[in-house]
Amino acid sequence: MSDSTSSGPVLAADGTPLKRSLARALRMQKMRALMLIAPLLLFVLLTFILPIADMLFRSVENQIVSETLPKTVVALQDWDADSGEAPGEDVYAALAVDMKAAAEAKLHTRVGSRLNYEKPGISSLFRKAGRKVKKWDVENGGPFKEQFIKIHKGWGDPDVWRTIQTYSPRLTNGYFLNAADMQKGADGAEWRPENEQIYWTLFIRTMIMSLAITCSCIILGYPVAWILANLPARTANLLMILVLLPFWTSLLVRTSAWKVMLQQQGVINETLVWLGLVADDARLVMINNQFGTIVAMTHILLPFMILPMYSVMQTIKPTYLRAAKSLGATNWTAFWRVYFPQSVPGIGAGSILVFILAIGYYITPELVGGTKGVFISNRIAFHISSSLNWGLAAALGTILLVVVLILYWAYDKIVGIDNVKLG
Amino acid sequence: MALTPVENQTPAFTAGVSAVAGGFAGLFVGTAQGSGLMGILIGAALMAVIGFICAGITDKEKPVRWALLAAFTVAGFALGGLPTAVLGILFGLFFGWFAFWLATSRYRAHLAPYLTPGQVLWHYTFRVICGAIFVFLITPILVVMPLSFNAQDFFTFTPEMLRFDPEGYSLKHYRDFFGSDQWQSSLRNSLTIAPAATLLSVGFGTLAAIGLSQPHVPFRRAIMAILISPMIVPLIISAAGMYFFYSRIGLQGTYFGVVLAHAALGIPFVIITVTATLVGFDRSLTRAAANMGANPVTTFFKVQMPLILPGVISGGLFAFITSFDEVVVVLFVGSAGQKTLPWQMFTGLREQISPTILAVATILVVISIALLTTVEMLRRRSERLRGMSPS
Repeated sequence: MSDSTSSGPVLAADGTPLKRSLARALRMQKMRALMLIAPLLLFVLLTFILPIADMLFRSVENQIVSETLPKTVVALQDWDADSGEAPGEDVYAALAVDMKAAAEAKLHTRVGSRLNYEKPGISSLFRKAGRKVKKWDVENGGPFKEQFIKIHKGWGDPDVWRTIQTYSPRLTNGYFLNAADMQKGADGAEWRPENEQIYWTLFIRTMIMSLAITCSCIILGYPVAWILANLPARTANLLMILVLLPFWTSLLVRTSAWKVMLQQQGVINETLVWLGLVADDARLVMINNQFGTIVAMTHILLPFMILPMYSVMQTIKPTYLRAAKSLGATNWTAFWRVYFPQSVPGIGAGSILVFILAIGYYITPELVGGTKGVFISNRIAFHISSSLNWGLAAALGTILLVVVLILYWAYDKIVGIDNVKLG
Repeated sequence: MALTPVENQTPAFTAGVSAVAGGFAGLFVGTAQGSGLMGILIGAALMAVIGFICAGITDKEKPVRWALLAAFTVAGFALGGLPTAVLGILFGLFFGWFAFWLATSRYRAHLAPYLTPGQVLWHYTFRVICGAIFVFLITPILVVMPLSFNAQDFFTFTPEMLRFDPEGYSLKHYRDFFGSDQWQSSLRNSLTIAPAATLLSVGFGTLAAIGLSQPHVPFRRAIMAILISPMIVPLIISAAGMYFFYSRIGLQGTYFGVVLAHAALGIPFVIITVTATLVGFDRSLTRAAANMGANPVTTFFKVQMPLILPGVISGGLFAFITSFDEVVVVLFVGSAGQKTLPWQMFTGLREQISPTILAVATILVVISIALLTTVEMLRRRSERLRGMSPS
């Protein structure tokens, strides 16, 4: 028996080499695990990842100009935008054909509003031209150049033609330039005038306010996590309910509560007036500004800070502090040199989580933020539902998504997503 | 349990510390009555006397505390009727306890004997700070509840409410909620969407969690990152993406579309809770079952499922509350026919502010307390089942 094992490969019961048999068993196991995961993975890919990928594509997609005005786009290729003159008759003839077809399919206003995002005022050109061109004989009603300019003198403006030419390719970086407060000028990308730079300000504001929220969560969360980790288990569990209850309460309930608390006729102002600390005609303005957003969101996100801090602090032994003190450290030194460094992972985990959640918040800023306290998300929602500039919304969303994914990656590296705990 | 042997404090110390506390409380009473300075002086003097009496003259704690309570209540009532009388009761209770707590050195008894006075002071200051933060966490919820019984259409406490006048309270906002078609249909929508979404995410999620907790799963980290991502990606981006995509394939504005979207959002919670339960799962149990001739399906339903059921249920509750609370995605993916409760609240808060929202909020708080209790009990049960001692 021992002779045969030492001479040949080890065999399994069915005569195959053990190594291969083991590999097959492992492969089976892997396959089975993957089979169990596959339905969910497919489900998430279809209902979640694919929509987001679609949105990413939308931020560069620009087929509408070349689809609605195919002949014009081809004719316009030879035109030199720097000549300072409107293009020749052939372009106008092509435009008349395209425009007639588009107007009959009622598509001309869509191109107009698409180009209007890039050059304000252009949509009225398309609206007016569409109405007239429908009645023209596009085969032999020329020359069209004068007729177009008669409809609206904008059709003779080289700038208008440059815009059409710039946005005729199927893909564009125009939305991203817009989202970064830039525009396509005569010679490439350039900054918008100072007073039109709204998105940059909005991104900066979102960042700063998220940072402020994260900091106030650290300041408020640290003592609470500390006391929860150091009290006897029974008391700590009772107090934990006070942390978990807001966590489980509907977001809208908490937001409406803050609206009730902070408004001018609200609970806080009434109390302050009753105490005589604030005059009745000088009530504090605490809502519809940045203060309101920060207070409400700190309250909403505080549990996400306390829970990771708590689970880290639970593992720090109180004997370390006592040892430090018995070696002669003052209270502060013992805390700062011994306890605090060990609690840093908890702070890190909580901070990234809170920051990620804060940066993409929509509901609370919308309800208590007024105009000064809104985030980039509110702008995205505005472009989807009100201004209908979906490409720009997608571009802004993509930028936000990239920031969040970088943070998510950092979170995964530092904490590991397996270690996320709920309650 | 006393760590430190203690003896009674000197009257001077008790009187001094009580005076500081009295002065602080007096500041608020004083400003409410017109003069902060007078409030501080009177409060400090009063509490100094009380502290002196408690520490120096008498040691009959019970009768003195009752007397203080009665005196504060009467004083409160004399100053401003019923609301201030309630404040008086609270003041009386607190200061009676506080004076004797100081006088008998009870505050020192359960602290380590080697602490300096400064450290003792810091210990209690820290507790007060933490208490204030806990109050911050809980106040908004506590404020919403009484306000929902307001008889007026105001978002603040009316004078009638503060006087505890029954006239100031009513159930009218609750009647509004149960009587209005809009609110009722949104409640119905929420109650049809959330369970369907929960079923989907629990079904797929539990299977995947079992798969993920096997040893040797290739690309485990990447798969996990994808499955958790609906929790991390900002809701507005998910909502925008789903809106564009679902309107392309005709799911936008349908019940099915909203259910799919909510199921995707609930999946991370199911994955996290179920994998956490499976960490402590003893794999030899399934092997034992297979050994005795059970096929994998029987093993799953008879052996594994009962053990991980608490985790699955609490994951399901998380998924349920996610869908039940969700506004942003339904706002974009749904249409008027799928108006859910949070959506109705959102429009209510943004456009016409009606206190019916507070009644709904109170009902939702009660529901979340019920869910929280269930999850907590399930967690303990699960830890017991897996042979850990529940904390």
